[in-house]
Amino acid sequence: MAAHRCNIFMLVFVLCGLTYVFVRADIEDTNHVKDAESVAVDIARKANIGASLRSTKTEDQTQAAEKERQWEAETNPADAPSDNKADHVHDTMQNLDSRPAPYAKDQTQEAAEEERQWEATEVKEADHVPDTMQTPDVPPPTPAKDQFQEELVIRPLHSGDIYASFQFRTMWDTDFLRGSKVSHYRLFPKSLGQVISKFSVRELHISFTQGYWRTMQWGQPFLPSPPGAELWVWFQDTVTDVDGAWKELTNVLSGIFCASLNFIDSTNTVQPSASFKPLGLGNVTDQRFLRYAVLPREIVCTENLTPWKKLLPCGSKAGLAVLMKSEKLFHSSFHSQALHFRPVCQDWKCKSTVWELRQTLNVVFDLHTSGQGKREWSLFKMFSRTLTEACPLASSSKVYVDVTDNPQGELFELSPTTPLLSQAVVLGDRRTYSVYDLTNQATFGQTRSLNMLLRWRAAESGDMLRPLLHGERYVAGYGLQTGEIHTLMYNNHPYRAFPVLLLDTVPWYLRLYIHTLTVTSKGRDNKPSYIHYQPSKDRLRPHLLEMLVQLPPNSVTEVTMQFERALLKWTEYTPDPNHGFYVGSSVISALVPSVVAMDTNSTRECPLFSSFFPCKEESSYFMRVYTEPLLVNLPTPDFSMPYNVICLTCTVVAVGYGSLYNLLTRTFQVEEPSPGLAKRLANIIRRLRGVPLL
Amino acid sequence: PCHLQDPASVMCYLAGVAWFMGLAFEPFTLRTYMSENAMGSTMVEERFPAGERALATGREFAAHKKKVGGMPVDWLVKTMQSRGLEVFTQSFTRKLPFPDENKERYMVRGTNVYGILRAPRAPRTEALVLSAPCSEGNNNNQAVGLLLGLAQYFRSQIHWAKDIIFLVNEHDLIGMQAWLEGYHHTNTTGGDWSPLQGRGGSIQAALSLELSSDVITSLDLVLEGLNGQLPNLDLANLFYAFCQKIGVLCTIQGKLQRNDWDTTSGYSHAAQTMMLMVLKQASGRPWGDHGLFLRYHIEAASIRGINSFRQYKTDTTTIGRLLEGMYRKLNNLLERLHQSYFFYLMPSLSRFVSIGYYMPAFGLLAVILLLRALDLWVQLGASPPGTEDGVPSSPGVLSILTPVVISHMTGVALYTLPILSQEMAVQHFPVSETEAVVLTAIAIYTAGLALPHNTHRLLQGEGTEEGWRVLKLVALLYLAVLLGCTALINFSLGFILALSLVPIAAFITPHTPKALSAAIMVLLSPGCTLLYCVFVFQELQETPVSLQDGWMLFLSVISQGILDHALYGSLVYPLLALLIYPCWLLLWNILFWK
Repeated sequence: MAAHRCNIFMLVFVLCGLTYVFVRADIEDTNHVKDAESVAVDIARKANIGASLRSTKTEDQTQAAEKERQWEAETNPADAPSDNKADHVHDTMQNLDSRPAPYAKDQTQEAAEEERQWEATEVKEADHVPDTMQTPDVPPPTPAKDQFQEELVIRPLHSGDIYASFQFRTMWDTDFLRGSKVSHYRLFPKSLGQVISKFSVRELHISFTQGYWRTMQWGQPFLPSPPGAELWVWFQDTVTDVDGAWKELTNVLSGIFCASLNFIDSTNTVQPSASFKPLGLGNVTDQRFLRYAVLPREIVCTENLTPWKKLLPCGSKAGLAVLMKSEKLFHSSFHSQALHFRPVCQDWKCKSTVWELRQTLNVVFDLHTSGQGKREWSLFKMFSRTLTEACPLASSSKVYVDVTDNPQGELFELSPTTPLLSQAVVLGDRRTYSVYDLTNQATFGQTRSLNMLLRWRAAESGDMLRPLLHGERYVAGYGLQTGEIHTLMYNNHPYRAFPVLLLDTVPWYLRLYIHTLTVTSKGRDNKPSYIHYQPSKDRLRPHLLEMLVQLPPNSVTEVTMQFERALLKWTEYTPDPNHGFYVGSSVISALVPSVVAMDTNSTRECPLFSSFFPCKEESSYFMRVYTEPLLVNLPTPDFSMPYNVICLTCTVVAVGYGSLYNLLTRTFQVEEPSPGLAKRLANIIRRLRGVPLL
Repeated sequence: PCHLQDPASVMCYLAGVAWFMGLAFEPFTLRTYMSENAMGSTMVEERFPAGERALATGREFAAHKKKVGGMPVDWLVKTMQSRGLEVFTQSFTRKLPFPDENKERYMVRGTNVYGILRAPRAPRTEALVLSAPCSEGNNNNQAVGLLLGLAQYFRSQIHWAKDIIFLVNEHDLIGMQAWLEGYHHTNTTGGDWSPLQGRGGSIQAALSLELSSDVITSLDLVLEGLNGQLPNLDLANLFYAFCQKIGVLCTIQGKLQRNDWDTTSGYSHAAQTMMLMVLKQASGRPWGDHGLFLRYHIEAASIRGINSFRQYKTDTTTIGRLLEGMYRKLNNLLERLHQSYFFYLMPSLSRFVSIGYYMPAFGLLAVILLLRALDLWVQLGASPPGTEDGVPSSPGVLSILTPVVISHMTGVALYTLPILSQEMAVQHFPVSETEAVVLTAIAIYTAGLALPHNTHRLLQGEGTEEGWRVLKLVALLYLAVLLGCTALINFSLGFILALSLVPIAAFITPHTPKALSAAIMVLLSPGCTLLYCVFVFQELQETPVSLQDGWMLFLSVISQGILDHALYGSLVYPLLALLIYPCWLLLWNILFWK
């Protein structure tokens, strides 16, 4: 009994934890965006928990950011829009404070922790930053308005490949919910805005991915996504007919993105109970308003990229988006474009919300197929373009290059060099980035174009730290009657166990034998503390299985389940039935202990008093891992046989029945031989004369 | 119509044999053609340039193999990694039920190394396999070299839509079995292997490469797999098409194709090729490393380089180009290979006989059994008027059941005892384990001949005239069902068994002359059929053997059959021991019915 209660408590804790992490993830992102512009004070990282300290801290940060802004303004007088960079700091703070009410109450203790964590993820001092910003200044709160930011992160991977991640953020300050009809759009794309307001969407996450993210070679992506198309939407709680809205929404989106999202129907839509919590503000976590669907078969190509680019304020005319040439983007190992729409706080007090649209595009370029096999990358080689300007509408436009593994430049050489460095904790790891600010004309140098060049010095780039969590899936067995789905979850942490949420969606035509479900770790049975299973209904809905499993340290946890392959009706087969049928990726969501916390014998210079207890801050971060989709062959009839039969019978029917029908319905008449010419002439004359004809 | 029975049966038998022999006659066969559109018209340009480098790699591999004295795992892992593959290893151990004297192995311990070329922007759902065995001695070094060369070349290509798995398996089929079972997480034969770490989704097709010389004169295609399964004919078509395109001599069963079908020698050449395929298929054993893939519905074939004394030589670059072309086309597949035939015989590489053409040959033989059964049925229906009291029915059941049960018990003994009693046999007789197993099997087989006497001891009273008729009816129907099912799965095996068993099943009665009939029955028993097959096979392969060698070969074939069953799950041995042999014993019982 006690164990039971413990389990429930555990579940509640983890669920809350997951949600809170979403909020926190946002903080990290924001920080990460803002790292460069805030000049940091050396923060004693875990000292202050108290409220007073906190407020002073905040002020410090704000001031620091403001300084940075001014410094930027000095160096770049041409940058006209006077948007307040400090906003983001406010934002960050606000996200933190704007914990949804239900969690707030059972997280009194965690509030403090969050605070600390936030500080910890705050920007560290970068040595190279010139101390030009001395004048403290109090930032005036800026009036709310739309905003646009763009950034590109380039991370050289250990495999020699290179990972480029674009993020575009558009803030939309409007309130379409209160019935006020929005008709004026500035930066926010109108096509999307209309759809969102029409269907009362609260959060929308859509991704199109071509390829599979190779976690073991590439580490973690900034934003994971499964192969194919993934769509999940939280509707407002005012929506009464969620299914109807979902159906219409998918059809509209399919039009907007030129994708086959219209194939989303009840047979591939699920409502996960725990795996997909809202990432933005709001306290609705009732899964009735959530819809989640994956189309693993969706193929992503230029036709999807073009409408996606059109949603950007600058299109692909200026700014970072000029790099997005499809012939290069699709000449890569991995391509993923996504769009995330969610409500976030407007300022740090979070009195009102704005809508954030985040468009991301992730590409991995392959070293080997890029020709010559020379370990050398440049913007031009990757995108066949160089950067010449920032998007004029953007309040910030930056390029980051991950130089963490390259502190002294021994691994690769980066040119041109930049004095700006920034540090951020990304996915539980402390990373250092070189920053190129595109709003600063000096960045472009004399050639008036920026073409970063990465040239490897070492032939081998050393071993990568094994990703702490990764998943694998395959179908076992042979024959066309039954099979077994195996899902492997690897916990590579040397000494920490952590729980993960596994979400499996299996189409109805694989009939799962749920009694054969086994979860084993290290050869022992591993009892999931939470199982949510919704059986499928033939031709109506898929299987949904959600489990909370504790992964022991340094182990592989294997989830197996047998299934039977259904025999479909002959019209239900796809046009290429022998290709097989897809089963979407399973989703593993987890709070993963961070690498930073794992570092026990720290050689980094940090105060002794800060390093005795294993630090709680940054101790874990949220991560989502998608396994590969499955291709399963179903028993398939020989379709050429019915075709032959149909051809044959049609011929028989056409010839036999046709001629019989012809005979039966035809009226036979004895044809009069036509009169000769002389007789016809005679008749004409006779008619004229009124004499009876011949 | 009783008087028409015998001529009709003989006619059917002769017609069946004639039909079968006619299958090799070219005008009666179809020309092969590519059914799969995805592989047909698409243009592929082969540019593999690095044959020489592949050979150098092969030599390096050979040196490392020699140094390590087996699979150079570390070297392979490093080499594959440097070529940009994701590399994994799998270790396996296998204890054979008894020592394999042909390959001199008993406790097998080995490692498979495989590297996966991840296709760009592919979601790991489909894969192709190229494998090369790491063999003892100096064999197949060139195959591994070419495999690595192709891996390097393919890695820089951008066309791939399916992952390509490059596999070097140790201990040929045992390693392959371990790898496949690891990949599909099954365990059909109780092997011991470590689980696989990396996978590429469902495997669509596989080729196994065997190459032992720097230049070759021809490439031989091996299709026959486990239990007589064959890959889709399109795979053979693909190979043939590329051999034609690139200009490589290609053979099947080691026989070139000839154009003089209208001459006697031309016909006999085609007949030999087809007979070789029939014999190989009937053996139910995998004739190359590809043979085990077929169980998993993966179309696979082995390509074997042959270096003979012919003038015309082909270098490694050309073979590389051929393989490149084949993989490019396989990569284009949208669906699994399914368009073409799965059941066929090939009298030459460009001609095939499909199931619709060869099945009548078997049907003509099987119909004899049915005719005979019908005749007996009618006779049994007609005779009761004499014994209307219902007396004969109750001893009938017992008198039939007893021989049936006893024959099957003998079959079970034949199936289980040889392996179980090997230790005992080795202790008491001066033989090796392998000999013990084979000789035990032969002893049990021969001991079965003494059964009729023992069967009758168990029976109360005399066997009646009606008794043997019922028993024969049962035996005929049993045999018809057995052969019919066998022929559906493995036509060759079914046909060969039908050839030898149908005559005795049709004509055996207790009234035929005992000594002559017994001699004929023994000569046509499954064991002797196997012996003839060994000789015929050697004859067809143009390596005739003496009686002495033939006998030794026969013994090794038996041991190989038992091993194939234990190691890979081949079904021929249990089929013969548990079903066909008891069925033959039933007929033997009828001959000695009292």
